[in-house]
Amino acid sequence: MQSESVMPPRTLFEKIWDSHQVCPGPEDSHILYVDLHLVHEVTTPQAFEGLRLAGRKVRRPDLTVATLDHNIPTTGNRFLIEDALARTQVETLRSNCREFGIELFDLASPNQGIVHVIGPELGLTQPGMTIVCGDSHTSTHGAFGALAFGIGTSEVEHVLATQCLVQQKPKTMLVHFAGALPHGITSKDMVLALIAQIGTDGATGHIVEYAGEAIRALSMEARMTICNMSIEAGARAGMIAADQTTFDYLRDRRFAPKDRDWNQAEEYWRTLQTDSGARFDTTVEINAAQLAPFVTWGTNPGMAAPVTAAVPDPDQVADESDRNSISRALEYMGLRPRTKIEDIPVDRVFIGSCTNARLEDIRAAARVIRGYKVASRVKGMVVPGSQRVKREAESEGLDKIFIAAGFEWRESGCSMCLGMNADRLNPGERCASTSNRNLEGRQGAGGRTHLVSPAMAAAAAVAGHFVDIRQWEYKG
Amino acid sequence: MQSFTIHTGTAALLERDSVDTDQIIPKQFLKRIERTGYGDFLFFDWRYDADGRPNPAFALNAPQYAGATVLIAGKNFACGSSREHAVWALRDYGFRTVLAVSFADIFVNNCVRNGLLPVVLSSAEIAELTSRARLATPLSLTVDLQRGLVSTKDGFNADFQIQPFRRMCLLEGLDEIGMTLKHESEIAAYEASRPSRISICRPELRRL
Repeated sequence: MQSESVMPPRTLFEKIWDSHQVCPGPEDSHILYVDLHLVHEVTTPQAFEGLRLAGRKVRRPDLTVATLDHNIPTTGNRFLIEDALARTQVETLRSNCREFGIELFDLASPNQGIVHVIGPELGLTQPGMTIVCGDSHTSTHGAFGALAFGIGTSEVEHVLATQCLVQQKPKTMLVHFAGALPHGITSKDMVLALIAQIGTDGATGHIVEYAGEAIRALSMEARMTICNMSIEAGARAGMIAADQTTFDYLRDRRFAPKDRDWNQAEEYWRTLQTDSGARFDTTVEINAAQLAPFVTWGTNPGMAAPVTAAVPDPDQVADESDRNSISRALEYMGLRPRTKIEDIPVDRVFIGSCTNARLEDIRAAARVIRGYKVASRVKGMVVPGSQRVKREAESEGLDKIFIAAGFEWRESGCSMCLGMNADRLNPGERCASTSNRNLEGRQGAGGRTHLVSPAMAAAAAVAGHFVDIRQWEYKG
Repeated sequence: MQSFTIHTGTAALLERDSVDTDQIIPKQFLKRIERTGYGDFLFFDWRYDADGRPNPAFALNAPQYAGATVLIAGKNFACGSSREHAVWALRDYGFRTVLAVSFADIFVNNCVRNGLLPVVLSSAEIAELTSRARLATPLSLTVDLQRGLVSTKDGFNADFQIQPFRRMCLLEGLDEIGMTLKHESEIAAYEASRPSRISICRPELRRL
């Protein structure tokens, strides 16, 4: 092995990138090894079909893990999928997994859940790994100091066949959150503030590393929320160097290394830090101590503002393209310029998605809800990120708190984050959502989405409009 | 995969920034298990009204853009979801190339694996093409990947750059998997040098 001392200082990303080079690819590309390939029903049928047509096999079924999440019911009999196309897609994944020898966490499995929730839960997601999935929110797994990114279906087929990807080296960005996060502010607010600052293409072409005091203080689940939304700033991936918080989360999980293997792994993982003196192509500074709860008001995640602010007035915006974008967004959202965010009423509240449906998220929302009722105008639903999250929340009695308040307590899946199943907004309905995309029609054609943290969503459900969670009166 | 060398066709204009892949192909069309047949659903929510009739206010429905094969867009085109269905829908509709100020990363990776050429031009060049494409007469553009040149018959010329690997994929219509599989011995050597911790936990699934 080459001595560390002769290596130039490297970033965390560069260490993982370097250690996964199989060989140079054509032109400016590299053949990169993939340690873990996560698979779901929506973006893979065409890839498996491609393998069959070419007479190819899955090279490493032992490094490939599948689940059902996007297209499944979250209520009633979840084993009965009424939509014929969705049912075919689910059946297709089942038969592909059987044919190619891939382990599938099916609906009946205690491990089923949103692919980005179950990877970490099972200890599949580990520091230093390269992880891919045909889903842009694969960036979630970067919270463990892994290099994790979303790919298209052609690349899914390539990974199935070769366990490698042909990639060009991306640029690097450091996002440094200085200071300590104030009380009541979450990692959702951190990432919404970041995207509001740099825009939905601010990190395009980059791998982001999040660092700083406020990041170090976050739990693993909170770190996953911030890495999850890296893609909403255009980033290929987001990552946070592993530390004691990471190791404490991972130890004893099903696929995490055991005994001597663990000690060896931890020793290696501790080397996966950005060296002092390593250079990033771009650096962004954010003062975490100044952050407020954020709410999106428009039709992309960068259109966000503190809850104490108002919706912008396009007439005050100099740039023509920005002015048009804001006007169009406000028209779609049914909002008047300069409306105070706290005056925006909500019809629906969705607590779910790979961004914010882990146990801590459910707990944070339950703490707000406890002792209150959902406002009469509001319909609320909680969709746990996985069966494990659901079981653990139920063992703490959190389901009863939501049900007593008038929320629906559902089964795990992607649900109304993207509304591929029956969970959708009706045209014109306005939703406070803990998910990741407030795009036109994302949660249902004509639906209007405002992205917030779980506690902010819960408070909006009770108040019937957005409120500043920092002023909330907790009961019990 | 169909290769891309040079293409001449009518341009259509989509004057919006940050058009996301949810708009290009909404989620209800991702349930299909085929790679083809998405063209009718391209820009579905913008293109049709609630009764399923073409929305006359949407650009692609304008008569001068009928049969367009070149799409002119703004910045950050095709951001958001990784769905390759967005590329399949653009291709199936008939587009061979998209000209924009910038693109989202995953979309570009998907483009080059499906013979759709993403061309990055400057804001000024897109503005110039936009003003020409706004006119009632169809705008014909030639996009030459060999030379890296977008041009019109009446003298508009703009050079563009594309990363070498992506250029090669498009020019040759490459079987990328077949190419990588030629490195079998290197892949096997890599695997031998760096055993997987996950694999150790599940020997029953190993197929090597």
